[in-house]
Amino acid sequence: MLSIRNLHANVAGKPILGGLNLEVRKGEVHAIMGPNGSGKSTLAHVLAGRDNYEVTKGEIVFEGKDLLAMRPEDRACEGVFLAFQYPVEIPGVANLYFLKAALNAVRKYHGQPELDALDFLKLAREKAKLVDMDPKLMERAVNAGFSGGEKKRSEIFQMAVLEPKLCVLDETDSGLDIDALRAVSDGINALRGPERSMILITHYQRLLNFVKPDFVHVLQNGRIMESGGPELALKLEAEGYAQWPEGKVEVAS
Amino acid sequence: MRATGNKAVEELTQQEYKYGFVTEMDMDMAPLGLNEDIVRLISKKKNEPEWLLEWRLKAYRHWLTMREPHWANIKYGPIDYQAIHYYAAPKPKAAGPKSLDEVDPEMRTMFEKLGISLAEQERLTGVAVDAVVDSVSVATTFKAKLGELGIVFSSFSDAVQSHPELIKKYLGMVVPHTDNFFAALNSAVFSDGSFCFIPAGVRCPMELSTYFRINARDTGQFERTLIVAEKGAYVSYLEGCTAPMRDENQLHAAVVELIALDDAEIRYATVQNWYPGDKEGKGGIYNFVTKRGLAKGTNSKISWTQVETGSAITWKYPSCILLGDNSQGEFYSVAVCNNYQQADTGTKMTHIGKNTTSTIIAKGISAGHGQNSYRGLVKMEKTADNARNYSQCDSLLMGDQCGAHTFPYLEVNNTSSTVEHEATTSKIGEDQLFYCQSRGLAPEDAVNLIVNGFCKDVFLKLPMEFAVEAQKLLGVTLEGTVG
Repeated sequence: MLSIRNLHANVAGKPILGGLNLEVRKGEVHAIMGPNGSGKSTLAHVLAGRDNYEVTKGEIVFEGKDLLAMRPEDRACEGVFLAFQYPVEIPGVANLYFLKAALNAVRKYHGQPELDALDFLKLAREKAKLVDMDPKLMERAVNAGFSGGEKKRSEIFQMAVLEPKLCVLDETDSGLDIDALRAVSDGINALRGPERSMILITHYQRLLNFVKPDFVHVLQNGRIMESGGPELALKLEAEGYAQWPEGKVEVAS
Repeated sequence: MRATGNKAVEELTQQEYKYGFVTEMDMDMAPLGLNEDIVRLISKKKNEPEWLLEWRLKAYRHWLTMREPHWANIKYGPIDYQAIHYYAAPKPKAAGPKSLDEVDPEMRTMFEKLGISLAEQERLTGVAVDAVVDSVSVATTFKAKLGELGIVFSSFSDAVQSHPELIKKYLGMVVPHTDNFFAALNSAVFSDGSFCFIPAGVRCPMELSTYFRINARDTGQFERTLIVAEKGAYVSYLEGCTAPMRDENQLHAAVVELIALDDAEIRYATVQNWYPGDKEGKGGIYNFVTKRGLAKGTNSKISWTQVETGSAITWKYPSCILLGDNSQGEFYSVAVCNNYQQADTGTKMTHIGKNTTSTIIAKGISAGHGQNSYRGLVKMEKTADNARNYSQCDSLLMGDQCGAHTFPYLEVNNTSSTVEHEATTSKIGEDQLFYCQSRGLAPEDAVNLIVNGFCKDVFLKLPMEFAVEAQKLLGVTLEGTVG
């Protein structure tokens, strides 16, 4: 589904990713772990197509298509979803209205008829139930005044409604207490399926207690230093990141 | 589209300039310039009673002693008041195109984007009257219905003939001829406008709109509107429309007066979308407007809602004088400045009666090189026991070349009164845009969504169809500001 080959990327002229390779097949859940500044969030933003993240070398192929050549909104329509670490607030725009616009943009992109308000409401209610989200949040303005936990849960709810092929979850566990973490994890697990792949970007192992990954990768200085199964995460938790030497980031020429 | 739309409007406006000078008295247009003879001519052409001519002359003489105000946060070149025709008869209908097929296709594209009905499109582009039979007959039906209730709704000129006693009683009661430079000018030379009178106890059963007033076209640059609601009466009035209005006059100085007696309520909504000038800031309408409502009676209520997207210069402060005890004033505003547009707009709430309340919600949007200022005065007079005001001014910036300014003035002379003021300034951030894009929305749709969310509190106050149109209008106005 997703092939990242020799990816180099700069942020504000500074090299952050230096030759990253990653292969994600249908239905797989990959965890990417790494210390602060290792390039985790950069990878997430490069996948979603954020400005100011300059890819200097390498390629990303998603479902046979050149992902880097697509605009951010087209990537979303093709099925890439980024769950933000810090979801932004949009005052005055009801969550439901926002999501209906988003879902209809995706449907339009695929030549499907747009959903009317009633059909959408029905769908949204089902999905809210699936990820156990308080339906009241749907009526409120997008993320406005949401608690940290509500924001993360709302991201998972959006994911449920938009039904992406590839979910990139950027530190979705950060700032959550244990109950909220469990609830969010249940939502993520409910959305796992043979057709959907996930990349969990996280600092800590604790999310992986709830969402079992198929693969764990250690990211350090913009490259994947080691890959393995879930046991790698446990090793990391016990021994820390110090075992991987601070290799210099290769600068793309 | 924005650029071509502007071009279409510009081409149309400039075409009309060609017909600008006819000097003979018995023709359609007064000679250039302003003097007492011109004031007399206007009054005579309109067959006005002697007292009204005297009223105009008094205003003219006072205007001569006044100076154009320059305290507002707007910049423009000098206006030559002697280079304006102060009277022009309505143009014969034959001058318009014969059908919509003859109208500039780019202008029609703009209409379609705004979702304006065919009948309305015909009216706006001046298609010959036969083609708009429908809207005329609708208007006639409405007039008959209003007449049964004793409601007077007509052009100002007609009202001078049919109800001179009402005009004499109320004209200038809220905005006297001495009020300000532009109001004095308007009082001397006003061309036409609307008059609306709702008798005691009558609730006007429909939104009154200039759209349903026959001869609404060509009311000219010095419009005068007067609305009176007697005891217990209610009326909701809509001014303007969302379609781009072409007009060959650069200077506009309108006056609107509202008077609400005991238990009466007047709601006044405006959507203004005059030609804003081109992308470089050339041309465009100068809009200097005086709008004021007098909540004269006990428990009376005046509510202003405005969506200002057009004009190169906007100078406008729809205000309320809360004279009656328990009277209420409201001001809900969205003002958009794109390209080189400048707006200095806001309100004045003067609390005189006891327990009077006022609410101000002002939303300013600046894009391109636009400069948007909110200027508001809340005044609590000595007599205004337990009066309350709540003000909220929010500014939204798009890009880094535009500006938002807030000038709130408070004058409190009564210790039992309460005044609250909140202000925010935000920028449509890259973050918000990217967030929307990452959910599949194109940047222009994302801007629409964010801006409409920002304006929601004001749009909720507009009548339903108007609110939908206003949303679309904002989208068209801000097209091309991102991406």
